[in-house]
Amino acid sequence: MNTLARNAGPVFVMAAVTLLGSVFAYQATSIPNSQLVQPEELAKILQSPKGERPLLIQVGSHVLYEQAHIPGSEYIGPASREVGLGELRKRVQSLPREKFIVLYCGCCPWSHCPNVKPADDLLLSMGFSNVKVLHIADNFGANWVEKGYPVAKGE
Amino acid sequence: MAVAALYWAARPPGGDSEAGSRQHPFAADFSLPDLAGHTLTLSSYHGKVVLLDFWASWCDPCRAEIPRFVELQNKYRNQGLQIIGVSMDDGPEPVREFYQRFRMNYPVVMGNAKTGELYGGVLGLPIAFLIGRDGRVYSRHIGATSTSVFEDDIVKLLRTGTDSSRPCPGSTG
Repeated sequence: MNTLARNAGPVFVMAAVTLLGSVFAYQATSIPNSQLVQPEELAKILQSPKGERPLLIQVGSHVLYEQAHIPGSEYIGPASREVGLGELRKRVQSLPREKFIVLYCGCCPWSHCPNVKPADDLLLSMGFSNVKVLHIADNFGANWVEKGYPVAKGE
Repeated sequence: MAVAALYWAARPPGGDSEAGSRQHPFAADFSLPDLAGHTLTLSSYHGKVVLLDFWASWCDPCRAEIPRFVELQNKYRNQGLQIIGVSMDDGPEPVREFYQRFRMNYPVVMGNAKTGELYGGVLGLPIAFLIGRDGRVYSRHIGATSTSVFEDDIVKLLRTGTDSSRPCPGSTG
């Protein structure tokens, strides 16, 4: 009994750490900085006549997308759900693996976004080598629209 | 009730020319389906203090707030508080599941882009508005907000019907 009681604590801690790890593995904060693009940077890329224009994919909420989205971006999400991931897979399946793709959401503060990390993971697992994720610190309204970057509305 | 509905319908979203009204505009009215398919109209709650919460079932900060909203609804229901959730999910199924799992005790309607635009654009979640008994918006809270902040606002509005101490719909979070 004493042995059981002694082992229960560490086992509980390990289980908790594993659970927390699996939860946080899907959080945007675990996306490396090298894969991020900041709003100002992306706005410059989109405005520049030179260079490859990325395929922009919004992987969050359709209702938010309808109200405001980056012009030319496509709606796929929410990538936190299997249906959304399935749609994303179908969309990119036939694309060359070096295609420049930018994923974004903007539903919630970055540390809480449940959508960009699963989408990013999927594309990496499919062999895409030129994927960036738009770093939206607070939400799409505050970090894109209110900064005066280009916006489109509707479906 | 019909006169009240007409009054609400006639108000332009965003306020009128009365002094101070620019700071506390009338809440834009809407009619949306709830999870049972019945139509809920915001103006039918005129006379109550309404906490209007824009959220989604996949939004972590939203999920953290909702149990606290359930507590607030229980605590202040008899004094005239009505919480209304506006889900910005793409469809009702995950919302129904969430509603049952979290034992939500207030109505939830399915929002859309037009509703978001009526409230200045809901371009991030959660966003909550506190509406006084007079139908005016007294505060706006962007992002996860502590329960004590909501409760302070609610108590003031329940007591006085208005909260002219707030200069404008403030944003927090």
